[in-house]
Amino acid sequence: MKNVNLTINGKAVAVPEGTTILEAAKKIGIHIPTLCYLENVHKYGGCRICVVEVKGAKALVASCMVAASEGMKVETNSERVRKARKLNCELLLSDHPQDCLSCSRSGSCELQTLANSLGLDRARFKGERSPDFIDISPSVTRDAAKCILCRRCVSVCNNIQKVGILNAQNRGFRTIIAPAGGAPLSEVNCTYCGQCVNVCPVNALRETDALAPVWRALADPKKRVVVQTAPAVRVALGEEFGLPAGTPVTGKMASALRALRFDDIFDTNIAADLTIMEEGTELLHRAKAALTEGKAALPMVTSCSPGWVKFVEHEFPDLLGNVSTCKSPHMMLGALAKSYYAQKLGADPGDMFVVSVMPCTAKKFEVTRPEMQANGIRDVDAVLTTRELARMIREAGIDFVNLPDEDFDSPLGISTGAADIFGVTGGVMEAALRTVYELVTGRELPFDGLHVQPICSFDQVRDASIRFEDVLPEYKFLEGFTLNIAVTSGFAGARRLMEEVRGGRSKYHFIEVMGCPGGCIVGGGQPRSADPMVREKRRAGLFSEDERKDLRKSHKSPVAEALYKEFLGSPCGHKSHELLHTHYTERGTFNELIKK
Amino acid sequence: MSEKSPPETYGLSESAVFDKISEVVEKYRGCDGCLIQVLHEAQDICGYLPPEVQKFIAKKLDLSLSTVSGVISFYSFFSTSPKAKHSIKICLGTACYVRGGEKIVEAIEKELGVKAGENTPDNKFSFQITRCLGACGLAPVFMVDDDVHQRVTPSAVKDILARY
Repeated sequence: MKNVNLTINGKAVAVPEGTTILEAAKKIGIHIPTLCYLENVHKYGGCRICVVEVKGAKALVASCMVAASEGMKVETNSERVRKARKLNCELLLSDHPQDCLSCSRSGSCELQTLANSLGLDRARFKGERSPDFIDISPSVTRDAAKCILCRRCVSVCNNIQKVGILNAQNRGFRTIIAPAGGAPLSEVNCTYCGQCVNVCPVNALRETDALAPVWRALADPKKRVVVQTAPAVRVALGEEFGLPAGTPVTGKMASALRALRFDDIFDTNIAADLTIMEEGTELLHRAKAALTEGKAALPMVTSCSPGWVKFVEHEFPDLLGNVSTCKSPHMMLGALAKSYYAQKLGADPGDMFVVSVMPCTAKKFEVTRPEMQANGIRDVDAVLTTRELARMIREAGIDFVNLPDEDFDSPLGISTGAADIFGVTGGVMEAALRTVYELVTGRELPFDGLHVQPICSFDQVRDASIRFEDVLPEYKFLEGFTLNIAVTSGFAGARRLMEEVRGGRSKYHFIEVMGCPGGCIVGGGQPRSADPMVREKRRAGLFSEDERKDLRKSHKSPVAEALYKEFLGSPCGHKSHELLHTHYTERGTFNELIKK
Repeated sequence: MSEKSPPETYGLSESAVFDKISEVVEKYRGCDGCLIQVLHEAQDICGYLPPEVQKFIAKKLDLSLSTVSGVISFYSFFSTSPKAKHSIKICLGTACYVRGGEKIVEAIEKELGVKAGENTPDNKFSFQITRCLGACGLAPVFMVDDDVHQRVTPSAVKDILARY
């Protein structure tokens, strides 16, 4: 590619044609402040904070939009530039509530940080204000007054997730970022994936707060408060306390939960192992039906991701039969806590309060589903995001970084490495294959380090084929069968795969889908990160958790074995169906609820 | 005029409306940025762009509903409420204002039972306040469709509206 030569603040730099001034400056260590720009996600040129002076150009230009050209002379820090930046920032502040002291984004707010770094020491302008309303859905809260119309959420929702729930509505000061017609999120086909929350620079989009009911339950002497943590939380929570991205903090997290006075500290991983037993068995049942009776809903698609489940209910209601009936792992654990564990304790399930700490915003909605209750008692009472748990830890004054490592509680505390990798795209599939292949053939899955290399990337869609040979007698129907699998994360890839299924063109038997691009490690409830390698680092954290364990296959889990022996019977048996499986609702593209 | 007037679809049945909009979509299919053209012609067909029409167009063009609704709400030309059978526009420009235009507004509001900017529930009248209509010598004036009613008094409002 052709290079262009330019100077920025007097320093010469050569960059490939098409490189923006912002990127060129970054290359030689010159920082240009930005606000609406988000690398790899959003390039819009709306906020005019990144303006620079180009010699010969009449007006200042937005460096995130304008490409470097031959002979260009750029000044990023001239008097004119600094004045313009300050003025633009002041104008943004004039339409923003100045209540930083009581705002939960204070300290992590990009607008606040920017205003500070630009040295703004006054807010001169008082003018017209944008609409001021709050829309509280079960998962995501929209606070219109705080919105600076940067449209990062619009980019994520439309261009990355391709669900298109959020867009600018109206014009001028009446502009809001909202679903069609300004409808509340709960009335439209939002999946609650929360990717919009992760990119919001201010407090306009946030998880719907669940701290109050959790603190209340902890303060109630009659309540037995059970907490469980998803795999992805343990490799991200540390970032909230300044640790590098991907640092596993499993032991410190268990310590912190104990310090917060939760009664039982359980690991959602237990239920991830159960999910593999249930989903693996379900897959084998479906494969048997397909191969011996010639009919079964294949491919089977995973159901661990509640954002993904809601997406199917809206966009592919005709294909709900392909979705595994397994509840997501934390729902399974909630159901077991209030049945198996309640029985062990001799406790009334109504006196138990189950809290799930999740990397996910969609799980806040999931726990409110009527099918996730037994006898009017919810399986899980509250969902906290990773960020919310960090807030609780701070509020309690716990010095997280210096906590000792502690363990989860028994009986629902010991899990296999297969469960750890549930938090990353491809992990559920790999965990399922580790078990299914070994159950069918009696041999270990033939991949180096048990990692299924072809699906271990962040590409939108990956696939692989696994051939069963020399199978055990009870799986004779699988002799010589080649299982075609696919893995995707994010709704754009999922839509592609499901359209193939709908059109009868899918060659796959088993598909893993996670709603967020990269999987739970970058779920809508995870710490916001400016590290471009955050996905790789958190994945490495999960892999290291997996690899340090002796037990790395779900069917070797002693806890799962005991649960089946003492309580559940067999995978996909009667009791499992009652507690660990669910059904779905045909919602329709416009959330119209399809009536049959 | 007591019958409840249907949305201004010019007498077309619902399926005929959607057939016509389909034709419009097909005409523009494949051309980038055709949404505004399609909405424009759909509004000509229906008189306005109700949610059902927006959803239909979104599905046909493979766009999200929020994109379609975003464009509609951006341009004041597009309307999401049905056009009334008759449009009342009352001038509150300087001349009409000083000659009692506000009293006429009150009289019309009383007669129709709606506020300025609203349509009557039977959709017979829309009622809007405008700036100068260019008939200051005849103030106060208001228009019903293309008829100009001049030197109006509050007591005359009832009779004038009864003619429609």
